[in-house]
Amino acid sequence: MAWWPFSKRREPQLAAHPTGDRGMLVFSHTSEVIRAEKVLKEAGRPVRVMGPPPEIQSGCDLVIEIPIIEELNILKVLEQARLAPLEVVPVSGPLLKPVDLCHVKDFGRFLMVRAANMKLTVDKETRTIVNVSGGGCPDVPYLARELVGRPLDGAPRPRDLGHTLCGYALELAFQEMVRRCS
Amino acid sequence: MLLVVGTVPDAAFPVVEGKAELAGGRLLVAGRDIPVNRGTAALLAAAAATLKYCRRPSPVACLAGDIGTGQGSRRLYEYLVNTLPDRKFGVICFHYLQPDVDWHNRVLFAVQEMQPRPLLIADAGFMYVAKMSGQAAEYDLFTPDAGELAFLADETAPHPFYTRGFILHDDNKVPDLIARTFEHHNASRYILAKGETDFLADSGGILATVAEPRIDALEAIGGTGDTLTGITAGLLAAGLDLKAAAVLAARANRLAGLLAHPTPATQVGEIIAHLPRALEELRISN
Repeated sequence: MAWWPFSKRREPQLAAHPTGDRGMLVFSHTSEVIRAEKVLKEAGRPVRVMGPPPEIQSGCDLVIEIPIIEELNILKVLEQARLAPLEVVPVSGPLLKPVDLCHVKDFGRFLMVRAANMKLTVDKETRTIVNVSGGGCPDVPYLARELVGRPLDGAPRPRDLGHTLCGYALELAFQEMVRRCS
Repeated sequence: MLLVVGTVPDAAFPVVEGKAELAGGRLLVAGRDIPVNRGTAALLAAAAATLKYCRRPSPVACLAGDIGTGQGSRRLYEYLVNTLPDRKFGVICFHYLQPDVDWHNRVLFAVQEMQPRPLLIADAGFMYVAKMSGQAAEYDLFTPDAGELAFLADETAPHPFYTRGFILHDDNKVPDLIARTFEHHNASRYILAKGETDFLADSGGILATVAEPRIDALEAIGGTGDTLTGITAGLLAAGLDLKAAAVLAARANRLAGLLAHPTPATQVGEIIAHLPRALEELRISN
């Protein structure tokens, strides 16, 4: 009955994840990726932070996945923010997807949120950040020093101070903590 | 002698090498006062306290300031490449460094020139890069927490941030994750997995577990994994074999935690202060 004009149209089934319409912005440093993501999301651009393909991995890396068709507009936004990428590369294979699950542990007075390998703990009564744990990149002790003892609402954001994937993971934990404590 | 390599969260801190000594809860390295909060300072403080208790020489620290830009780590990598081949250390513990595969490989080449070859421990960023490089088997001990173990077990993940969702970091799965880590050649000779239960394993399977005393609050306290690695490194440098050092360290770390009566707001320095007493209680009980 495929010819019957009133039959419900079936959604097309994708044989594979399409890859031809995406590109990635490569920056010299992870901290630039974090800032660029913030700028682009604030500008309403549909971008995602992802892991680079193996051929351009050097260590603690992130790239920004973009719809390649919006490359020009995205570069204009970045140019205004003085955040020019090193290069824009078409995506030819699957990119690594960051961990997107947060785990929560309630200690009663204290609440701990874990994102990937980073954990943030807050005193629920005072809304003070009491501990940062996990992680292995050198900005973790730095972020801990800047965050611990500060109120959740007045603390600097990990995305503004962090430079690495661990810093980015802590930002995700921070966001979840803010959501749960609001 | 033990060498600890890592970073401190101060961008202006130069590359420094010197004895690490504890004085009234303060950590002193080459005359510099380093706050013991978490990270490499916590590891060093725990190692120094352990070696002091064992009446052995203080650990040597090789440090640089890095707040995540990688600049200090690269200076430290370069220093190690230039100096390690002519040095003699029984144990080297690599810790918070910015992962960089190229620099890691150059440091490993320098270590391979050392005579005799030291025991190698890797934790934190240096463990990440050791796995990324495909050279994990060159190391004697990795000390991952549950999330980091899931990363080691995921043969495709270049960082814990990208560990695939089906590889859950769940304490119940630790033996499976350890087996998978060895299966894909991403393990050191031994793995000490830190968590609700601490697991020591080699390629043959689980060798020992330590689950008592159980203190839930320790999971939230930044630096408690670093102290476990530091105690293990100290005991290894004091002459224990790796299995004995890891098991005793796991017990001492937990007992020091218990003695501190911690809450999730406790800071790791308060736990390190109880480490000598924990080691003494374990010695007496044995």
